[in-house]
Amino acid sequence: MKITRDEVRATAALARLALTDEEITRLTRELDAILVYMEKLAAVDVEGIEPMTHAVALACPLREDALGPQLTVEKALADAPASEDGCFLVPRIIAHDKEA
Amino acid sequence: MTPLHWRSAAEIAAQVAAREVSAVEVTRAHLDRIAALDRRLGCYLLVDGDGALAQAAAVDRAIAAGDSPGLLAGVPVGLKDLLVTEGVATTAGSKILAGFIPPYDGTAVARLRQAGAVILGKLNMDEFAMGSSTENSAFGPVRNPWDESRVPGGSSGGSAAAVAAGLCAVALGTDTGGSIRQPAALSGVVGLKPTYGRVSRHGVIAFASSLDQVGPLARTVEDCALTLEAIAGHDPKDATSIDAPVPRYRDACTAAAADLSGLRVGVPEEFFAAGLDPEIERLVRAAIAKLADLGARVVPASLPNSEHSLATYYLVATAEASSNLARYDGVRYGLRVRDPGDDLNTMYQKSRAAGFGTEVKRRIMLGTYALRAGYYDAYYLRAQKVRALIKRDFDRAFATCDVIATPTSPIPAFRLGDRTEDPLAMYLADIYTISCNLAGLPGLSVPCGFTTSNTLPTGLQLLGPPLGESTVLRVAAAYQRATDWHTRHPPGAERSTP
Amino acid sequence: MTPYESVIGLECHVQLATHSKIFSGASASFGGAPNTYTDPYTLALPGTLPVLNRRAVACALKMSLATGCTIRRVSRFARKHYFYPDLPKGYQISQYDEPIAEHGRIDFLLDGTPRAVRLTRIHMEEDAGKSTHVAGAAYSLVDLNRAGVPLIEVVSEPDLRSAKEAAEYLRAIRQLVRYLGICDGNMEEGSLRCDANVSIRPVGDVAYGTRTELKNMNSFKHVQAAIEYEVARQTEVLESGQRVVQETRLWDEGRGTSHPMRSKEQAHDYRYFPEPDLPPLVVTEAEIEALRSSLPELPLARRARFMDRLGLSPQDAALLTAEREIADYYEQVVAAGPSCDPKRAANWVGGELLRELHRDERPIAQSPVSPTALAELIALVAGGTISGKIAKDVLATMYASGESSKEIVAREGLLQVSDESELLRVCQKVIEANPKQVEKFRGGNDKLLGFFVGQAMKETGGRAHPERVNQILRRLLA
Ligand SMILES: [Mg+2]
Ligand SMILES: [Zn+2]
Repeated sequence: MKITRDEVRATAALARLALTDEEITRLTRELDAILVYMEKLAAVDVEGIEPMTHAVALACPLREDALGPQLTVEKALADAPASEDGCFLVPRIIAHDKEA
Repeated sequence: MTPLHWRSAAEIAAQVAAREVSAVEVTRAHLDRIAALDRRLGCYLLVDGDGALAQAAAVDRAIAAGDSPGLLAGVPVGLKDLLVTEGVATTAGSKILAGFIPPYDGTAVARLRQAGAVILGKLNMDEFAMGSSTENSAFGPVRNPWDESRVPGGSSGGSAAAVAAGLCAVALGTDTGGSIRQPAALSGVVGLKPTYGRVSRHGVIAFASSLDQVGPLARTVEDCALTLEAIAGHDPKDATSIDAPVPRYRDACTAAAADLSGLRVGVPEEFFAAGLDPEIERLVRAAIAKLADLGARVVPASLPNSEHSLATYYLVATAEASSNLARYDGVRYGLRVRDPGDDLNTMYQKSRAAGFGTEVKRRIMLGTYALRAGYYDAYYLRAQKVRALIKRDFDRAFATCDVIATPTSPIPAFRLGDRTEDPLAMYLADIYTISCNLAGLPGLSVPCGFTTSNTLPTGLQLLGPPLGESTVLRVAAAYQRATDWHTRHPPGAERSTP
Repeated sequence: MTPYESVIGLECHVQLATHSKIFSGASASFGGAPNTYTDPYTLALPGTLPVLNRRAVACALKMSLATGCTIRRVSRFARKHYFYPDLPKGYQISQYDEPIAEHGRIDFLLDGTPRAVRLTRIHMEEDAGKSTHVAGAAYSLVDLNRAGVPLIEVVSEPDLRSAKEAAEYLRAIRQLVRYLGICDGNMEEGSLRCDANVSIRPVGDVAYGTRTELKNMNSFKHVQAAIEYEVARQTEVLESGQRVVQETRLWDEGRGTSHPMRSKEQAHDYRYFPEPDLPPLVVTEAEIEALRSSLPELPLARRARFMDRLGLSPQDAALLTAEREIADYYEQVVAAGPSCDPKRAANWVGGELLRELHRDERPIAQSPVSPTALAELIALVAGGTISGKIAKDVLATMYASGESSKEIVAREGLLQVSDESELLRVCQKVIEANPKQVEKFRGGNDKLLGFFVGQAMKETGGRAHPERVNQILRRLLA
């Protein structure tokens, strides 16, 4: 077993996905099979190899510090499921879960 | 005379520019055809008839006023619904983007408009480009015009099928692991994935940021070249966009360029291994022999790490996807469940569970898991190292050849529902296309014949070195000049001509 | 009772003074109506991509150079994931294992003694938006104006040993970023924020104790108070035989106490990975050198120069280098008159002028009295044209009206009286009017000389030359 039900459950919580028990069962089976397949990478000799994070080696381009087109409040909120007083409205935040 | 819907983009642009036909006429013909055929095929998620006719009329007016016509004057184009369009609903094939109307155009779309193209509408796709059959669309599957019981490939299945059925001259797709080339092969059209960074990703809904590229699908290589010429080039809005001049890609498609003397075609035996359909192998080998007839020298190439590409790809792509899809949280746009519960986390969890389909959830889960503390080194980091090995294989191979030729897909179009129960089996459909994305290379699929058993299209894949689009296009155009596969049309689409 | 030692490290978020956000062209201004500073990127609309702000990088590099950090020629951005409605993308773009700069130090004075605190790192990142929890309501409101504003995070080693020292360190950071012009240092508006990691250990121990993280302190006063409270709390916990729990605590400035943040439903797992949308940030030697040569003289160096070259006292030098603009002003005053004595100029700038400005909460850059005008005034005193006392009134008039000192002195007839016969007349008058005091003085009460001088000054409306008056009175009373 590469992954347990509990790990699947914890991962779903991290990813903010409400899953049913059946989904947890199915995903545990499927992810396990996939992770077993991924195991083949463990055998590859990657000693001294730099990880490749970008497909093309570029240096980060820089933008001049100038204002671009801004959205009006109306446009900013146009697609929001709920808004009030020019703000996005969300259900009450219970767990204080933020960092800066 | 060729009916409007089978004319190439190059023909249409020339005729519209010469005022032999109007852009409005061309647009109407395509809109009529979509109305007649697409109920069965399911290519379009949205047809913007009024918008298209207005653009076409503007093109006609500009030409009448003596303005220089764009490269794609009056060419009817369909867009994979992963491309953001100002004022036109964009869904990524997902319920989670329900009601989302973007306030801006992506760069590729804006450049198409500047080139005079007429945008007919938005094309169906696997949700968030995750899939190889277009069965993962939240809005129903697309059917393969060559055999409507079969899939068109994916994830740009709507794009490939629309081009194959004459529902647009050119379509844009996106290719993260083969999503342009594989459906092009399964639907019998040409599809080009450019070098990573060649076309801006600005305005392309992200699946896997380090792999995604926009590219054209068309019935001819020349049309792909024209379209690439219109959309390629540096974009300051995309920090990963390459700042290199855009060549006249269409010049690679002339008769003069069709002599392949001296060109070295590398053939990696790793791509002709177990799992490859024997008929496809026969057709692809015949196509390579044809390249030799045209003057090319066929040489062996070695890509030893390609056996690791699928595992590598599914770790890199899902990790990036799990991150890119975090923004769909029901706060600023898109789906929020009607009863979100009374706290924020419940709203997040319910909305995301209701908005994402099965495959998307599976990949978010895999990607989230691979990035977790304690697993990162074993999965994601290791995959990025193996990715570097895969890239190194290509660098070495291109020292001894100019292009690499392989099959595009190990199998022809399969029946709807055949592979939906086994995710790994579905992933294997991308086995030949993904290493190209991992290495950031240009890749193209060109039709190379039909299986005799059930007359399904097959594709020859040509891979080039970074920014080697011209070489890849040249070989494919030469092949197309020497063959007539591209002149055949799906029988169903032929019969239903209005 | 066991003697304990506090071990404190600070993480400061410095908001960089740019026009636009770190990754997009939306305005980085403070204080607009909610959601008026957004663009498609700020809202994390699908298909949007980050493009790094050149000025933000320059600001980060200036701070790195000013603190003697080692600058990475190649640094990287990473994604830090967590779900929160003020974080639109579901991840913060930040620098993680390859920050732009490392291993620097902040020098400052603690009660006049030089201290150096080591910096672990400086990294660039984007700010989050703001959520307002509507009291009594079942919902919260989100404003994304601040989302994407550029920050640097300055992380210190746990080198600080007291709450006061931590506050001084933070003042030094504020002074530095203002000198560099990379941040306005406004703590109330959140331009400068800090979190403190606090632990205590028995004096002599090498191992660190369990630390807590303090948040939500938005002034120097509160940083000091919160740390003091926390050190006392931890001491009490240990003294009572319990253990300190590792947790994050929020400072409640109203109550003057802190309380643990509600524990999270699940442990954080930020799932960092390199940001694929941004290639590595490459900084060249030439860019670094250009920025290095653009750096201003830093506060401590300037203070030392004011003492060594201009002969100022440590207090005056500190006062006049507290802000770059004050020091600039002061140096302009000194430069304006070749006869302008640096110490005298220091008294005027640091005393009268700053008092006036302070009362009006006016920055020195907006002083109605220009450095040249102040230098002229100082010259009038030095040359004996007016008395020092009168000069103070003249300065107040200059400050209020913007007139020159010469205009005021001429108009109000304030020229100092040094005419011998006039002064003699005044002194005789004073002596005649106060026979009792004269008697006492002559009887040996020397202190009464001051009284006579005062009376003479009063008689001339303060314009009498004090030293001459002094001499004349001594002669007449002898
Ligand atoms: Mg921190
Ligand atoms: Zn931070």
